[in-house]
Amino acid sequence: MSGFTERADAALADPILKIAVERTAGTSEAKRAIAIDAFPDFEAARTRAAAIKDHVIAHLGPYLEQFEASAIAAGAQVHWAQTADEACAIVIALCKAAGAKSVARSKSMLGEEIGLPHALEEAGIVRVETDLAEHIIQLADERPSHIIWPAMHKTREQVSALFRAKHANPHKEETIAAMAQSARRELRAKMLGADVGISGANFLIADTGAVCTVTNEGNAELSLVPPRVHIVTAGIEKIVPSMPHAIHMLRMLARSATGAALTQYTTFYTGPKRPGDRDGPEEMHIVLVDNGRTKMRDEGLAEMLRCIRCGACMNHCVVFRQIGGHAYGGTYPGPMGAVLTPALDGLAATRDLAHACTLNGKCQEVCPVKIPLPTLLKGWREKSWREGLEPTSMRWGLGLWAFAATRPALYRLGTAIAIRAIRLIGRTGWIASLPFAGGWTKHRDLPKPAARSFMAQYQQEQRK
Amino acid sequence: MTQNVALFVTCLVDVMRPRIGFATIRALEAAGCTVVVPQGQTCCGQPALNSGDRDHAIALAKQTITALEPYEAIVVPSGSCAGTIRCHYPELFEHDPDWLPRAQAVAEKTFEVMAYLDEVCGWKPEGVSLPATATYHDSCSGLRELGIKAQPRRLLKAIDGLSMAPLAGAETCCGFGGTFCVKYPAISNAIVGEKAAAIQSTGADLLLAGDLGCLMNMAGKLHRDGSKIRAFHAIELIAGMGDGPAIGEEA
Repeated sequence: MSGFTERADAALADPILKIAVERTAGTSEAKRAIAIDAFPDFEAARTRAAAIKDHVIAHLGPYLEQFEASAIAAGAQVHWAQTADEACAIVIALCKAAGAKSVARSKSMLGEEIGLPHALEEAGIVRVETDLAEHIIQLADERPSHIIWPAMHKTREQVSALFRAKHANPHKEETIAAMAQSARRELRAKMLGADVGISGANFLIADTGAVCTVTNEGNAELSLVPPRVHIVTAGIEKIVPSMPHAIHMLRMLARSATGAALTQYTTFYTGPKRPGDRDGPEEMHIVLVDNGRTKMRDEGLAEMLRCIRCGACMNHCVVFRQIGGHAYGGTYPGPMGAVLTPALDGLAATRDLAHACTLNGKCQEVCPVKIPLPTLLKGWREKSWREGLEPTSMRWGLGLWAFAATRPALYRLGTAIAIRAIRLIGRTGWIASLPFAGGWTKHRDLPKPAARSFMAQYQQEQRK
Repeated sequence: MTQNVALFVTCLVDVMRPRIGFATIRALEAAGCTVVVPQGQTCCGQPALNSGDRDHAIALAKQTITALEPYEAIVVPSGSCAGTIRCHYPELFEHDPDWLPRAQAVAEKTFEVMAYLDEVCGWKPEGVSLPATATYHDSCSGLRELGIKAQPRRLLKAIDGLSMAPLAGAETCCGFGGTFCVKYPAISNAIVGEKAAAIQSTGADLLLAGDLGCLMNMAGKLHRDGSKIRAFHAIELIAGMGDGPAIGEEA
């Protein structure tokens, strides 16, 4: 795939994408603002949420061991995966052991991160995505463009056309209700007929071994309870000590994501079906995935592991709002993606992401767990600079400028010369085109610099 | 109250619009301050800091600290540069026991000019009048790093005849972002395009803000779009210099 700039240009050239992103992100921004206003002392709640996460991230080992013991006591089986490939291999082996021909998958960003859809396909296992937006993405053969609304880049009209082309018995009326029914008819039988249900986890609760998922469609419940086997794939940073902590995080998550007090469906799965239970899976497997997380923690990105995947940072990001999620090129888009992607995919291939940010700080302001996203992005910029990944022109340009700026007399001479040169170009007070400054003057005019710098004028006044 | 304050003029003001520096001196003197302009200053180092070039950022921070530390207070006509000194200098020297206390000392006495006039001096412009309608953009660094929001509005309110038109999305970034606007011109243009449209729909005659970078970005876009809205640093109006040439107008 092309680089970030090309993807961003393509996104900017797509007027429908802009409308679609603005509809969802704009609505979310407005609803979040109302929800936060009504929340008693949201600031204190953010501080507490960040503290809960910092505590478990600092004591990850003991909490994970506690979770493992509790989950096993509840009848689940726990597996550990260091890498994405290991995680996929474990899931595929479990599916094969269960004799699975088809799996029902409930939306999980970790699943996307480890490449599980692709791994299932390679293994010849039919996958049905049960989240409505993931279903749309699957039909369109695309990747999610947002962590809460994977299909936010598509308009209703585009989804309607897709359903008509791909559903066995598509909607006749052009209404949202009819479209939802079309998806329901398509998905319901497949969900109930799946041999294995696969989900992610919003939270792992250490003291009870419970796995918590939230959905707005109830699709997790329907796709995880009927199959004989339930497999959870979860990042190890999803751990919280106990139920009260999970409840606090849930309050932060829903409001930050959609402005709702709680997500429609919140379910805690603790072990498989017990004797006497009417329903539930016979086996429950939990795959705990590291995939670079302990490395992130140990190498200066511990704060990023606070992330509860609410998407508020991207919804409020001026850059994301212009280019949407696909331009970021990784599993996770927006500010949180720009921090995570270099850790997951390597900095050399993804260094643009840290620069594609105006450092305006809005993402940090809305983050429910106070992740200092601009600081972490600047950390990647520094690493990129140290490792020599920044373009030569940038290194030389900044080097030259810094050479002068650390020598005030030379700097004043340099600015005086530059001012005179630039002033020759502009006939009025504005410069419409300046060589070497095309990035600026392509889209906006540049005011002409002053005839003499402040320092020159001030010194002359002092001498009078 | 007489305070000896050092003016840190910022590299952009120095070269592009010196009258912001003179307006700052004028307002500070009206508020009873004695202003000096330390000659050892150039740039606070923010371009290097934000580009990941830590070594040059440290070199410039050391130069700036040395130039500014003898003074009682340091006043800056930019939320972004004041924010760099206040919030980021101490981070830069986190592991340097020699420089950290010096960085902290300078950070603590560095202020954005409008915050300084309003909060420290408790001053308001007197006898300044300008019959116009203005709208105000809250530049990101000043807003989020230093909490600058009410101070400029309180000062502007004291100007006779000036009415303020609210700007939709006043706290939304204009797409300048230092080097961002030249690294990603197309994205920056899309962002500032929306900002310019919001400014135009206020019906204001004047666009005000507290940071020259953002002002050049917004004013440059407005001018390219053929808008007649004129842009000033808010301190120019507060100092009674709102009747002079706006950004991009010949003196």
